[in-house]
Amino acid sequence: MTASTIRLDTTSDDHHIARMAAIALGLTILENAIPSPLPGVKPGLANIVTLIVLSRFGWRMAAWVSLLRVVAGSLLFGNFLTPGFFLSLIGAVLSLIVLAFSRHLPSRWFGPVSHSIFAAFAHITGQMLVVFLWLIPHAGIAYLIPLFATAALVFGTVNGLIAARFIDNTDTLDNNTIESPT
Amino acid sequence: MTTIILSHIKLGDWLTILLGSMCVALLTIKFWGGDLADRAIIRSSGKIFREVSLNRDQRIEVPGHLGISIISIKQRKARITSDPSPRQYCVRQGWLQQVGEIALCLPNQVSIELAGSKKRYDSLNY
Repeated sequence: MTASTIRLDTTSDDHHIARMAAIALGLTILENAIPSPLPGVKPGLANIVTLIVLSRFGWRMAAWVSLLRVVAGSLLFGNFLTPGFFLSLIGAVLSLIVLAFSRHLPSRWFGPVSHSIFAAFAHITGQMLVVFLWLIPHAGIAYLIPLFATAALVFGTVNGLIAARFIDNTDTLDNNTIESPT
Repeated sequence: MTTIILSHIKLGDWLTILLGSMCVALLTIKFWGGDLADRAIIRSSGKIFREVSLNRDQRIEVPGHLGISIISIKQRKARITSDPSPRQYCVRQGWLQQVGEIALCLPNQVSIELAGSKKRYDSLNY
């Protein structure tokens, strides 16, 4: 009997996506340890990774990293296909759609901070829609919208700033390595 | 430290932050502005029968002069579903949701008034 091995041909891009998704997963786990005053209000630290990947490697890789993080994260926490999983998924998908448009804004004026805020608002809009249309079809949840919107603005800005810091650092590093031989 | 943070915010980012803040302010005014009622005061024969929050959907039976009026609360709105009074004005008034709206059933003497954080003037008092 011969042992059958399944061999997948992976490219260096795949490895990079996996590495980035793993970092995002780590941040998700870290974030779950932080107590939250209201269920659903979370900093979304993993989105920092998405933003960095978006700026350095483009939208396609950012989408891979973000969706892999959602699916693998739900497997880790044991909530795959539960309402919580669908909330993360819709948030991630809507954020990615908005990022696909916002990344074409002139980069001279709009940096990761803008992208992060747009994505955070898209994220919360999608989640509120799912909550209202599916989970809690009651007008009373409208009372929570100002809280969620404030959280989106604050965490969107902070995550954007952190991502901007990393992106600028790596850019200057690249410039140095290019310039140093000359 | 502050200058390091600020150096990462470009002009357009400031615009985005401003736009986001305006969104948050508008949403807060819209949803927390206090124009939508948050509780209902139910009266029978001029006395307060119960004060209920609009947060929970429920049906309340209120005894009046002629018989029982049924009040429904659903989706932060309230209405009188059935009433023994002959002309049925209060039933036909339908859903109430703004602060100060009143449905009054006569001659059963059952009424429902919506109240919020602040009291508004109506045509009966000024």
